[in-house]
Amino acid sequence: MQSLASACLAGLARAITGVIPIWLGAKPSKNQRIYFANHASHGDFILLASCLDPEERARTRAVAGADYWRSNRIRRVMAEDLLRTVLVERNWVERSKDPLEIMLGALDEGQSLIFFPEGTRNMSEEPLLRFRSGLYNLAVARPGVELVPCWIENMSRVLPKGMFLPVPLLCRVIFGAPIAVEPGEDRNVFLHRAQQALLDLNPTTDGERR
Amino acid sequence: MADIYKLFFGLIAVLGAASLIAGILTWRSSKPISSSLVNLNARIRAWWIMVAVIALAFVFGKSGVVILFALISFAALREYVTLTHTRRSDHWVLICMFLVVIPLQYYLVWTDWYGLYSIFIPVYCFLAMPALAALWGDTSRFLERISEQQWGLMLSVYCVSHVPALVTLEIPGNDGRGLLLIAFLIATVQGSDVLQYIFGKLFGKNRLSPNVSPSKTWEGLVGGIGSASLLGASLFWLTPFSPLEAGVLACMACIMGFLGGLVASAIKRDRGVKDWGHMIEGHGGMLDRTDSLVFAAPVFFHIVRYAWT
Repeated sequence: MQSLASACLAGLARAITGVIPIWLGAKPSKNQRIYFANHASHGDFILLASCLDPEERARTRAVAGADYWRSNRIRRVMAEDLLRTVLVERNWVERSKDPLEIMLGALDEGQSLIFFPEGTRNMSEEPLLRFRSGLYNLAVARPGVELVPCWIENMSRVLPKGMFLPVPLLCRVIFGAPIAVEPGEDRNVFLHRAQQALLDLNPTTDGERR
Repeated sequence: MADIYKLFFGLIAVLGAASLIAGILTWRSSKPISSSLVNLNARIRAWWIMVAVIALAFVFGKSGVVILFALISFAALREYVTLTHTRRSDHWVLICMFLVVIPLQYYLVWTDWYGLYSIFIPVYCFLAMPALAALWGDTSRFLERISEQQWGLMLSVYCVSHVPALVTLEIPGNDGRGLLLIAFLIATVQGSDVLQYIFGKLFGKNRLSPNVSPSKTWEGLVGGIGSASLLGASLFWLTPFSPLEAGVLACMACIMGFLGGLVASAIKRDRGVKDWGHMIEGHGGMLDRTDSLVFAAPVFFHIVRYAWT
């Protein structure tokens, strides 16, 4: 059921966006990975997952906000049963379980993660929001997992926030070289470096394709 | 329809010869194979697929070609809109372009409603799209946004839809042979593209428009269009035309096709991309392959309509 749903979604994503992966710095591999990407649309992780080969896609789960995806029944069924996302509480005050523990639990089961370090969908004119510390905490806790930056192009135009019908436009996902936390590296320095690694993959300037 | 088989057997023979020559070149060339040879092989492979798809559409007659060209419009419009500036507030206009305008335009062609399909996009969409955008209230880069989208519809939907519309022309003495007219147009225009490429590679010296397209040369243009006109004249048996008429019409279609390629190159140059997309291996996107057909189809359609019906 879930593998069928993921195959259907991947096929749909390809039919609408004609997406192709550009393996710029990383190659498809069997290494356990955290794919970290820019985030502006609900279609982002479906698009990214459709660029992975079926085996890797089957063990890759996206990290999503529990406050949003558990807020009603349809969303809950979609997120938990169909898309198998790893749901974490983003709210510091009310949360019952530490998000880091949940994500580490998924990693320890051998799963790869799709992770959006901005923490929310970017609605600003800036290409990227400030990274939250989650990426750093994951990287320090599980140094063996590769951190692959993935630039998702155009998906925010295909399916902007608040829309449910996609516009067919061509998309690409550009995979960069994996990065890692250096010994003793400061959290902010690392997050800034990760952000820059992702931005370097962005082929557009002032909203138009280069 | 024995003529259509003759045409497809001819195409298979030409492609077979091309594959054979490219195969020998690949076999004899030093390894690793040069990138232009890899590209040539990919192009020929893609031609086999394109001929197969067109043949499949022809099996289903008028409906087949209408659906095929509606899908071509979809792919072309998608590539075009990707390169334009769109805003969040354009979302519904864009969705209507894909989900309403394309199906409606091709439905009108299918029902042979000439009076409406020839003005639906240039008049009604032209007025409706800016109205919708204005009702939405976002005025940022307004003129640029609405004109870019209108132009995209004209290019990728309106012009392309004149190819299947050829089937609906009622030419005396040509009953049931409308598909052959489409085959004639595609064969000459696409043939002209290939011949311009070959003449350009073999004899190309003087650049025609280095600012727009560095690969286009006068030698390629004259040789390609001249030989494609002869090809058109020799395909007169597909059409209701005499050999001379077929040659003249082919020549006009090829000149339009050349201009279409030039305009498409100018747009790509402006947007800083090499190809429109990556749909057809070796060729680039759908618009890279159909840019010449886009310009040739409406002109060819109207000349035939006014002079032969």
